[in-house]
Amino acid sequence: MFLRTVAMAGVMSALAGTTAMACEISARVSIVGNEFPAIHAVADGAKACAGGEVEANLTADHQKINLAGMQGNPAEYTSAIIANSSIVALMNEDVIRPLDDLVAKHGGALKKNQLITVNGQVMAVAFMANAQHLVYRSDILEQAGIEPPKTYEDMLAGAKMIRDKGLLEYPLGGAYASGWNLAQEFTNMYIGHGGAFFEAGSATPTVNNETGVAALEMMKALSEYMNPDFLTHDSNATSAEWKAGNVAMMNMWGSRMGPLKDPEQSTPEVVATTTLAAPMTVAGGDTPATTLWWDGWTVAKNIPEAEAEATFLAMMNGISPDRLDDEMTPLAVWLIDGYEPTDAAVGVFAAANMNAVPYPMLPYQGLMHTALGAELSDFMQGKESAEQALADVEAAYTAAAKEKGFLQ
Amino acid sequence: MKHRTFFWFFLPTALAMLLFIAMPIVSVVTQSLFTPHEAVLITSENCGPFGCKTETTIDQEATEALRAEKPLGRFAGLSIYLDRGHLAIAEVSDAWTNRESFGGFVSALGNLPFYRAIGFTLTYTFTVTPLLIILGLMIALAVNSLHRHLKGLMIFFSLLPMIVNPLVGSLILFWMIDARGIIGSALQWMAGDPDLSLKASTPMMWIAIIVYGVWHSAPFAFVVFYAGLQTLPKDQLESAQIDGATRWQQVLYVVVPHLMPLVTFVALIQLMDNFRVFEPIVGFNAAAHATSLSWIIFNDLGGETRQLSAASATSVLTILGVAILLSPVLVRTWRDFKGKT
Amino acid sequence: MASKAQRMPRSLRTATNLFVLTWLILAAFPFLWTLWGSFKIEADFFSIANWTDALTGDKTQAIHGSRFTDAGYQGAWVQEEFWRAAINTLIVCFFVVCTSLTIGTLGGYALSRSSYRYTFWLLITALIFRAMPPITLVSGYLLPFFEWNLWGILPTTIIVLVAINQPFTLWMLHSFFQNIPKELDESAKVDGCTQFQAFRRVIIPVMWPGVITTGLFSFLLAYNDFAVTTMLLAKENQTMVPKIASFLGTTQTEGNVMFAVAAVVSATVPLFILVMFFQRQIVSGLTAGAVKG
Repeated sequence: MFLRTVAMAGVMSALAGTTAMACEISARVSIVGNEFPAIHAVADGAKACAGGEVEANLTADHQKINLAGMQGNPAEYTSAIIANSSIVALMNEDVIRPLDDLVAKHGGALKKNQLITVNGQVMAVAFMANAQHLVYRSDILEQAGIEPPKTYEDMLAGAKMIRDKGLLEYPLGGAYASGWNLAQEFTNMYIGHGGAFFEAGSATPTVNNETGVAALEMMKALSEYMNPDFLTHDSNATSAEWKAGNVAMMNMWGSRMGPLKDPEQSTPEVVATTTLAAPMTVAGGDTPATTLWWDGWTVAKNIPEAEAEATFLAMMNGISPDRLDDEMTPLAVWLIDGYEPTDAAVGVFAAANMNAVPYPMLPYQGLMHTALGAELSDFMQGKESAEQALADVEAAYTAAAKEKGFLQ
Repeated sequence: MKHRTFFWFFLPTALAMLLFIAMPIVSVVTQSLFTPHEAVLITSENCGPFGCKTETTIDQEATEALRAEKPLGRFAGLSIYLDRGHLAIAEVSDAWTNRESFGGFVSALGNLPFYRAIGFTLTYTFTVTPLLIILGLMIALAVNSLHRHLKGLMIFFSLLPMIVNPLVGSLILFWMIDARGIIGSALQWMAGDPDLSLKASTPMMWIAIIVYGVWHSAPFAFVVFYAGLQTLPKDQLESAQIDGATRWQQVLYVVVPHLMPLVTFVALIQLMDNFRVFEPIVGFNAAAHATSLSWIIFNDLGGETRQLSAASATSVLTILGVAILLSPVLVRTWRDFKGKT
Repeated sequence: MASKAQRMPRSLRTATNLFVLTWLILAAFPFLWTLWGSFKIEADFFSIANWTDALTGDKTQAIHGSRFTDAGYQGAWVQEEFWRAAINTLIVCFFVVCTSLTIGTLGGYALSRSSYRYTFWLLITALIFRAMPPITLVSGYLLPFFEWNLWGILPTTIIVLVAINQPFTLWMLHSFFQNIPKELDESAKVDGCTQFQAFRRVIIPVMWPGVITTGLFSFLLAYNDFAVTTMLLAKENQTMVPKIASFLGTTQTEGNVMFAVAAVVSATVPLFILVMFFQRQIVSGLTAGAVKG
C-alpha cells in the first residue's frame, strides 16, 4: 500500500515535471535569495527550465550580497528574492527594473494580488505570505479555565491565572531578543496601538509619544510573565521553550508552525494541544498587533533584455501553480493561484482577513528598525524610562537618517 | 641586509597587504568622509497582496541626477565621526553642562552607543589580555613538565577551545550556561540560588563573556609560549640552579625574560583581538547587556538599510583605538629596536 | 633530560598535575559534551526541561528506538552533502597555509635581518592594518569582485585570507626569527653565500618551530573563518563554516541544529589527526632542530 502511494507520487511528480519542462529560456538566469525550503522549491522550479543556465545562490546572508551583486553592469544576479522589508534597499539604489512589460507578455498565470506595485509600476512578484500570530496550548488554557485571548489584555490576565494556579511559572513566550526581534515586537505592538512611525510624507520620526509609551508598557508587562532571559531569546530559543512545554501562549511566525506541530521534535501532548489562532489586538484597537509579510522576486535592472525575459520566465516557472504538489504545498503560505491552505496556514490567513497592516515598505523603515533594536533593551531591563528609551530611538534614527540623506 | 635584497624578500607580502588591506583602508576612510545624497522623496501608491497603501518612496530620476553629478556623495567632513552614533560631541557636552553629579554624567555617557561599547570593550580587553597570558604561561610550563607521551594529547585538548568552530561553540556554550543547562545548573547549585540566571543580569553576562574570552584565547598564548620554551637554553637554567635559585626564581629570571619577545607578541595580538571582541556578543545574544565597536559595525551593516558611512567611521575609530592601545607596547618595541642597532 | 635541576619535588608535581587536569577538563569538556550530544536529537541535547536528558537520551529512545542516533551525521553528510564543503575547506586551508607561509617567511626573515629604520615602521604599519575589522574590509571587496567576476570562487577567498592574515604571520615569524642568532647566516655569508642561499641553507633547517606554529595558526584561521568565507563564496564553493551556519536557520524559519552539531564534531576529527601528527614535530623534532646555544 505504502509502496503504491510512493509510486503514485512518483508518477505525479513526473507528470508535474513534464509540464515544467515546457519552460524554455534563451539566456542566463542567476538568483540570489534567502535559504529556506520554500525558496529552495521556487529556485528548483526555475532550474527546471531548459535552454539557458540557471544558477541559484541561496544563503542567509543574501541581504549583504544582493545589492553589490546587482550594482555592476551587467549585474551578476538577474533576480533577487526579497521580502517587503528588504525590497526597499534594492529600490533605494535603483537596481531592480519595473516588470509591467514582462507581466503583460508572460504573466498570465499571476493573480493580481501577487503584483507588488510602487507608484503604479510592478516592481516584484510575491509568492508567499507570512505573519506573526497567536499560538496557545489548549490543555493549559482549559485547566486554567480561560478562553483563548483575543487581545493582549486578555493574554496578560490569562498569564496571571496560569501562574497563580501554579500551572506554569513563565506562561508567556516571545522573541524579545534585543536587536531585530525586539524591534519587530515593538513594531507589532505600536501598530496595534494605532501608532505612526513617521510624519506623513516625510522621514521625521514620531515614536516618542503616548502611544509609544503605551506599547512599551504593554511589552514590559508581558515580559514579567516570560522567562527572565527573554532579552536573549530569539525565535529559535522561543520555539525551543514552546517545544519543551514551558510556555502556554505566544505570538510567533506562521512559517515556524510546521516544526511546532512535528511529533519528532516535541512531546505528544505539546504537539496535540498546540493551537493556532488569529493575532491579537491591543488597547481596544481594531488593527491586530502584527505585520503582514510577503516574499517575492525581482528582476535586475542592469542586464540585457534577453536575460530579463529569461529570468522572468524561469521565475514564473518556479511559482507555477502546476508545481504546487504535496511536497511543495506545506512549505509555506503560498499566494499562488490554486493554493489550498493547510492547517499550519490558518494563523496567517486570519491575520490577512483581520486587515492586518503589511510591514511598512518605506525607504527609511530599516533605519528605524535598527534604532529600535538597539535602544529599547535598556527600558526592558528597567534601566531607563519608556520616554527616555523612545527619545534615544529617535536620536539614533535621526543620526542614521541624516547620514543616509533622508533628513536634513 | 641591503635595500635591494630586502625589497625582493619583502615584495610578495607587501603586494598582498597593499592590494587587500591598504587600498580598502583608503576607500573606507574616504567613505567615512562622504555620505549618500539627499534622497528626493515622493508620495506613492503602493499595492501588494494585502491591498494598497499610500507610502513614501524615493524619486529615482531626481536622485539619479544628483548621483551622476557627484558619484562619491556629499562631502560630510568629520560630521559622521561627531554624530550621535559615534563620538556624539553635542550630546556629551550637553550631558557635561547639565550634569548633576559626575556619576550622572557617566550614566549619560553610558546611554550613548559609542561610549557604552567602549566601556565594555575596554573592560574586556584589560581583564582578558593579562589573564590569558598568565593562564597560557602556566599551561605551557605545566605541559612542558609532563611526560613526553602525554604532551601530544595535552596539546590537542588544550587547543580545542580555539579549534571548535565559534559559531556552534558559542551556541552550545550559550545553552550550557542557560539556567537549565549543565553549567547553569551547576552554578545554581554552587551558589545555592535556584533563580540564578547568567543571561538575565548585565554583570553576570559580562563575566560570562570575559570567561569565554580567556578560555577561547588561552590556547593561543599556550602554544606560542610552549614553542618558545623548546628553545630555552639549558645551560642558563643550570647555572641559575647552581647559583641556588629557587624554581620560582628560575621562572621569573630565566624563563620569563627568554619568553619576553613572545609575551610582547602575544600581548600585541591579543590586545588588538580583544579590542575587536565580537563573536561572543553575537553568539550569546548579549547585545542587551554588552556591545563593542565591532558589534556596532556589524549592526550598521546588518540592517535592511546598510549604513556604510557609519560603519566606515566606526572602523576608522577602531583602528585609532587600537593604535592608542598599542602605543605603550610599540614604544617599548621601538626602544628594543633602537637598542639593537 | 632528567637532570637534577629539572626534577620536581613531589608537592609541586602533584600541584602541576592537578592544574593540568583542571585545564584539561575546562578545555575539553564542552567538546566532549558536544561529541556525546551529537548522537542525540535536539530535544535531548538542547533539552529545556532538564539537562540530564542529554545524558539519558529518553526522547532519542522514544523516536529512534535507541539512546544514540546518527541522524545528525546522516543529515549533514548525506542529505546536505557536507563532504563538498569539507573538500572546499581542505583546498582553501592547504593553499592558504602554503602561500601565507612562503611569502610570510621571506618577509619575516627580511624584517628580522635588516636593521634599517623602515623595518620598524613596516612592522607597525602591518600591525595597524591588522586592526581593521574584517567585516568592513569584506564589505568593501564585494563591489569590485562582482565587477571583475572574481566573486564566489575559491582562489579569491584564498588570496584574501592570505592577505588579511599576513600582518599576523609576519609578526609571528619575525618574533621567531629574532630568536635565531644572526651569526648563523652572517657566517654563511662570510663563506660566500648570497643572502638567499644563507636563508635556504642555514635558516630554513632551523626555523621549523616558528614556521610550524605559525602554520598552525594560519591553518586555524582559514579553517574557522566566517566573515570572509560567508561573504565571498558562492553556494557551490562554500567551505564548512558557512555551510554549518546555513544549518542554523533564520528568524522566520527553523534550521536543523543537530546537523550543525554533527558537522562541527566531524570537522574537528581531521584536526585531531593533524595535531597528533604535528605534535611529534612540535615536541621532539622541534627541540632537536631548535637553536643550540
